[in-house]
Amino acid sequence: MSATAKPIANTRSATGIPTARLITWWVIASEIVIFGGLLASYVMHRIGHPEWAESASHTLTWAGAFNTFVLLTSSLCAVLAHKAADAHDGPRAAKLLRLTSLGGLIFLCVKAYEWTIDIREGFVLSSGGFWSFYYTLAGLHGLHVLAGMIIMLIVAADAAKNQELQRVECIGLYWHFVDIVWIFLFPLLYIAR
Amino acid sequence: MTTEAHVQHPNYVKVWAILVTLLAVSVVGSMSHVRVVLLVAAFGVAVVKAYLVAKNFMHVTVEKRWVPYLLIMCLLFIAILFAGVAPDVMKHSGVNWSNPSANRPAESGAAVKRE
Amino acid sequence: MSTDVQHAEPGIFRKYFFSTDHKMIAMQYLFTGMAMALIGGFFAYVFRMQLGFPNQYVPGYGIVTPGKYNALVTMHGSIMIFWVAMPVLIAAFGNFLIPLMVGCDDMAFPRINRFSYQIFLLSAVVLLSSFLVTGGPFGGAWTAYPPLSASAAFNLTPIGATLWLLAVVLEFVAFLLGGINFTVTTMNSRAPGMKMYDIPLVVWMIVLASIIFMASVGPLVAGAVMLLFDQTMSTGFYDPTRGGDPLLWQHLFWFFGHPEVYVVLLPAMGIVADVIAVFARKKIFGYKTVLYTTWAVGFLSFVVWAHHQFVAGIDPRMANIFSVTTLLISVPITEMVFLYIATLYGGSIHLDTPLLWALAFIAEFMIGGVTGIFLGSSGTDIYLHDTYFVIAHFHYTFVPIAIIAVYAGLTFWYPKMFGRMLNETLGKIHFWGTVIPFNVIFIPLFITGTAGDQRRVYSYAQFAEQSRPALQHLRTTSTIALLVMLSFQFVFLFNFVWSLRKGKSAGANPWRSNTLEWTVPSPPPHGNFAELPTVYRGPYEYGLPGRADDFFPQNVPD
Repeated sequence: MSATAKPIANTRSATGIPTARLITWWVIASEIVIFGGLLASYVMHRIGHPEWAESASHTLTWAGAFNTFVLLTSSLCAVLAHKAADAHDGPRAAKLLRLTSLGGLIFLCVKAYEWTIDIREGFVLSSGGFWSFYYTLAGLHGLHVLAGMIIMLIVAADAAKNQELQRVECIGLYWHFVDIVWIFLFPLLYIAR
Repeated sequence: MTTEAHVQHPNYVKVWAILVTLLAVSVVGSMSHVRVVLLVAAFGVAVVKAYLVAKNFMHVTVEKRWVPYLLIMCLLFIAILFAGVAPDVMKHSGVNWSNPSANRPAESGAAVKRE
Repeated sequence: MSTDVQHAEPGIFRKYFFSTDHKMIAMQYLFTGMAMALIGGFFAYVFRMQLGFPNQYVPGYGIVTPGKYNALVTMHGSIMIFWVAMPVLIAAFGNFLIPLMVGCDDMAFPRINRFSYQIFLLSAVVLLSSFLVTGGPFGGAWTAYPPLSASAAFNLTPIGATLWLLAVVLEFVAFLLGGINFTVTTMNSRAPGMKMYDIPLVVWMIVLASIIFMASVGPLVAGAVMLLFDQTMSTGFYDPTRGGDPLLWQHLFWFFGHPEVYVVLLPAMGIVADVIAVFARKKIFGYKTVLYTTWAVGFLSFVVWAHHQFVAGIDPRMANIFSVTTLLISVPITEMVFLYIATLYGGSIHLDTPLLWALAFIAEFMIGGVTGIFLGSSGTDIYLHDTYFVIAHFHYTFVPIAIIAVYAGLTFWYPKMFGRMLNETLGKIHFWGTVIPFNVIFIPLFITGTAGDQRRVYSYAQFAEQSRPALQHLRTTSTIALLVMLSFQFVFLFNFVWSLRKGKSAGANPWRSNTLEWTVPSPPPHGNFAELPTVYRGPYEYGLPGRADDFFPQNVPD
């Protein structure tokens, strides 16, 4: 990671926010409108089609609730990693980031199991309006979880050597955002009305 | 390369415990048959949890002011999107018009094609 | 503090193909954009030949069938907006200018910058590959409304439709990454002493454009995923018989589509502002007002989108609201144009080629703007929607943006980019040979549009009530004018290539300009500044009384 010298441009901070964190906030802002657009489209359809409640009742609420718990816990690990990085304890931060990633893995495994049950019951992407949105929303979110895990492991590899510790907070911010998206997806998809 | 810590770290485990409790509340509340209770349990709790994560984990309240303003502005744009689109997509009938396809439940998606 | 760049001279691949240097990446975007412009321009030639000389063999192409016509207009629109205007105005000028103008050595994230270009290049390749597949390229218009775009049974281009969509999504990702890089660099990497109001307008405009893009494209990314699934996975997001709604796509598309036109407009206005200041030797009249009105335009651009859908069956009360906001947005734009005119007033005008282009931008864009009033009012739009009046209106806005302002920028910054001056005489020939024919292309189309000529129809011979033979001479005139305009572009291409070797050596600051990019050699070396500058004043201190020179560079101490 120290093979290419960083440009001066990367090290300056006219705003007072370090560049890495600044770009993270902009990434989060752009993701808000992506997920927001998809969620708004879903909500419009869901409210306009009350009969979708029947479909929605087939989602596995316990799996959704458990996954919410997993993500909340992984967020805890992520912020504790930030605290460790602030204390210049790279190895501890790395360990906590890896635990966070593990949480992401558990999340994805539970989701895989959950979707297997759904598909076995005959509910696939093209099974109707509700299911199309369900798989698309959760799928897009799941892709972000996966991407986050990969980046987190890369950051952890550097952090373990006490390098690039400022990135620990940044990947944590991204992870918390992904967690917040799920906090809204859970009631929208799993709590049938 | 490290930067100086810019936040005070609260008791994160305590925050986590509150979040998990709220999760339990929302799951229990969702089993209610009273609509208001259900909505508050589901979405009211979600909003509170999101705020707690944003404030305590993301430290958005101690960031430079324009950061939360930027994020709120993005949410505002989504609200504008919703306001401009819902009259056409969410509603299926109105004065002088109706959307017969959408009003036919059998075809509109409730009848699930099980593969 | 000097930049200590410790690496050996890179090999050919590292230097030209895998560079992380913002200037090289700028060139990559510029040349890719110019190449795509040749393709987009060729398509315009073909379909205008069909319209001017219906059902005749088109030299260099063949017979234009209805399906091919639809594909040609779709690809022309998509290419010009996404693969010409955006890469050249935002990515090329942004990449080249921002680090230089804010006084640092590169972008904040050079490797993300390189990655952005790679994704962009991939998007262009994906789009071009659609020309080679069974069924050919997508023909459902750049707006891609379902069910035409969703169902292969309707569009007859199953592979082309999906490739087009993938190409567009990749392009969006490239510009999201690139735009965020520009924003962060401008916010954080400024030279010491460069406050917010000392940033040149072209940089402000490119950054604001990036922010507007970022905030508006999200819902369309979501919509594109849904359309992709409709195309490939039998979902029914936009199928009313399956619980979906085609109007949702329209709204998602235009929620982005309208801010998008301001995304391309703003950099163009930024270029014109900087050119005017330099060639009128005068401070921008009301820099802060320009800035604040731009923020207002940026925000307003998010609440006008449904004026593209007045006849699509939207709620008429929403149509009222969007008419009001659309007419409202013309106010701040007009104000900006007035501020530019006020800058020129009393200035020491040097009618060099860059300024000619800047003046043409103002004149032509104003025509585009006023004709928009008829389209922004829902009542008149009922008649004019989908006619050639719309085409003429948006070409009177888009051509100033994507062609006229680009030439202003290229003729102005060419010396800095390549170290040579362009030939002024050829520049002026090119200028008049572009601007005059441009008007002769589109004024007839205002007339035919008002008479009722419909868009996206390959030949009126099939539709008796549309044929209006009395107007055919106008359509033919438009085509011939296009041929003339296209021919004159070769003058520019020749000038560009010839001047690379034979142009007069430019030196660091041939235009006697204040901004930081003119303080380094032409072309700038890797790392840009031997000594990173400190900034002492704004970028437009021209014509100050009591000074020997009529300019006062930003980095010169008081």
